[in-house]
Amino acid sequence: MTDAALAPTSAPAADSLFRRNLREFRRNRLAVASALVVLLFVVMAVAAPLIAPQDPNATDLFRRLQPPAWIEGGDWAFPLGCDGLGRDILSRIIYGARISIFIGIAVILLATGVGILAGLAAGYFRGWVDVVIGRIVDILLGFPYLIFAIGLMAMMGPGLVNIVLALAYKEWVIPCRVVRGETLAVRELEYVEAARALGAGPRHIMWREILPNILSPVIVVSTIRMANVIILEASLSFLGLGVQPPTASWGSMVSDGRAFILESWWVSTFPGLAILLLVLAINVASQGLRDAFDPRFSE
Amino acid sequence: MTVLLEVSNLHTEFHARAGLVRAVDGVSLKVSRGECLGVVGESGSGKSVTFSSVMGLVRSPGQVTQGAIFFDGRNLRDLSREEMRAIRGRDIAMTMQDALTALNPALTVGEQLAEVLEAHDETLPTGRTARRTAIRDRSVEMLGLVGIPSPEARLRQYPHEFSGGMRQRIMIAIALACRPKLLIADEPTTALDVTIQAQVLELISDIRARLGMAVVLITHDLGVVAEHCDRVMVMYAGQVVEEGPTDQVIGAPCHPYTRGLLASIPRPALRGQPLTPIMGQVPDLVGLPPQCRFHSRCPLAQPQCLVEVPMRDAGPGRRSRCLRLEEMA
Repeated sequence: MTDAALAPTSAPAADSLFRRNLREFRRNRLAVASALVVLLFVVMAVAAPLIAPQDPNATDLFRRLQPPAWIEGGDWAFPLGCDGLGRDILSRIIYGARISIFIGIAVILLATGVGILAGLAAGYFRGWVDVVIGRIVDILLGFPYLIFAIGLMAMMGPGLVNIVLALAYKEWVIPCRVVRGETLAVRELEYVEAARALGAGPRHIMWREILPNILSPVIVVSTIRMANVIILEASLSFLGLGVQPPTASWGSMVSDGRAFILESWWVSTFPGLAILLLVLAINVASQGLRDAFDPRFSE
Repeated sequence: MTVLLEVSNLHTEFHARAGLVRAVDGVSLKVSRGECLGVVGESGSGKSVTFSSVMGLVRSPGQVTQGAIFFDGRNLRDLSREEMRAIRGRDIAMTMQDALTALNPALTVGEQLAEVLEAHDETLPTGRTARRTAIRDRSVEMLGLVGIPSPEARLRQYPHEFSGGMRQRIMIAIALACRPKLLIADEPTTALDVTIQAQVLELISDIRARLGMAVVLITHDLGVVAEHCDRVMVMYAGQVVEEGPTDQVIGAPCHPYTRGLLASIPRPALRGQPLTPIMGQVPDLVGLPPQCRFHSRCPLAQPQCLVEVPMRDAGPGRRSRCLRLEEMA
């Protein structure tokens, strides 16, 4: 009975490092607000057909360059006005969010997956594996990102999948370098040696001992990079190498408005603002993530 | 008692920038079943490297260059990587020096225990639920064995939620999960408080008696050896300098280094007298000449000590690497 009396009645609830970090993140109000904005964009993208007031591709030449609703000549059925073909700008922005967010997420997932595999292999095996992967990374880093993507798009032709591939071709380098560096540090730690002493093989050590312990910086870097990918997609679309018309994409919408920028500013401005808002929100939210997850930034 | 581990003439070298370092230079040793061998020596004497070599865990630039390591009748140096991996954890387990960093911070204690069992325990049932229950029961049993209160709840916790002593116990529990024949405990108490040290060592002794496994206790603390080990082996600069039954080696050391170690331990009987340190430093292991390695610090050193000194018998079950061991008695 004494044993039972000595034992604590209930052990404290399990509390992983991840959860503690998340709690820290929640204390940062600006970051949480930004995360909500990002979430709002995601909801908007998913529910686009339900929210959009108009068909994004319906043209109406009588409404060509119709101004936003609060300016004379506007109409509340088309709150942000219409573009050069009389399409509703708000609806196109809502549908355009789908492209931006899909490409942002797809590229980051693909790039992070490849980066983790390559980085783990390079950092764990070192030797010639590290040399080969390291050289490929160096070569890719030598190309200006946008020019590289333009070249690839020119080779592969436009299309949603091709944009994802063109951006991921180079994007994986970033998580790869992060993972490699962290792996080099973690593989020397005592618990990895302990796992080896208990008979763990390379695969187990990479996936169970190393990866869970380096995931935080990888998540942080990936979210920061997502903002960048969205800008790149918009740039490609602006240059006409992105999603092809009539599909709405923010970059191509800005591009469409170029011709009328002086008299009908709204055609370019609102999609531009959408890019700005989403990228800003992702950046602030990911800064918050970094502060919460990176031990060097936590008090 | 039959011999479980027999190492003969082991050489492990490191190719450092400064030159070739002979970290382990011709070490031979035997561990019988159920026996506890203490390995003593200061930092850099090669005690940890010797047993990393036994485990096949020496990594480049290090390399085992010579010698045989017989465990349970098999030469471990002839085994493939896969065979060696199967032996580690199942037949020979090793606990690391620093309990505070030797557990994976990202996995719960239960997950870490389960992984060892999953990897090595062939007695587990194959059915999924039965297997999971069996692993759980074994994990609870192991945590109970090392004296962790309310083990069921504790299995779901992460290493940072445990104190240092508890983490050392958990590491021992993980090492013992598959009932190894040999446990190599590398400085199991250096990172712990004095009171916890005693508990952990008691625990190892207790489990050794219950499971009948052999233990190699690597330490720099002769006091620990005196209390827990059947035999002791003293290492200096990559070589064994003295070995024998614990009480004899501590009662009547027959190597000046062992004697120096003992003289530098504070003892209540010698209260008020100054401690006698061993003067000088461990020699640089790069390019050592073939001569007695201790002679530069040895109070008994003479010109004839500048030759290669072999291990010599110094009574029943005792050996020493000193030319003048007869004069030491």
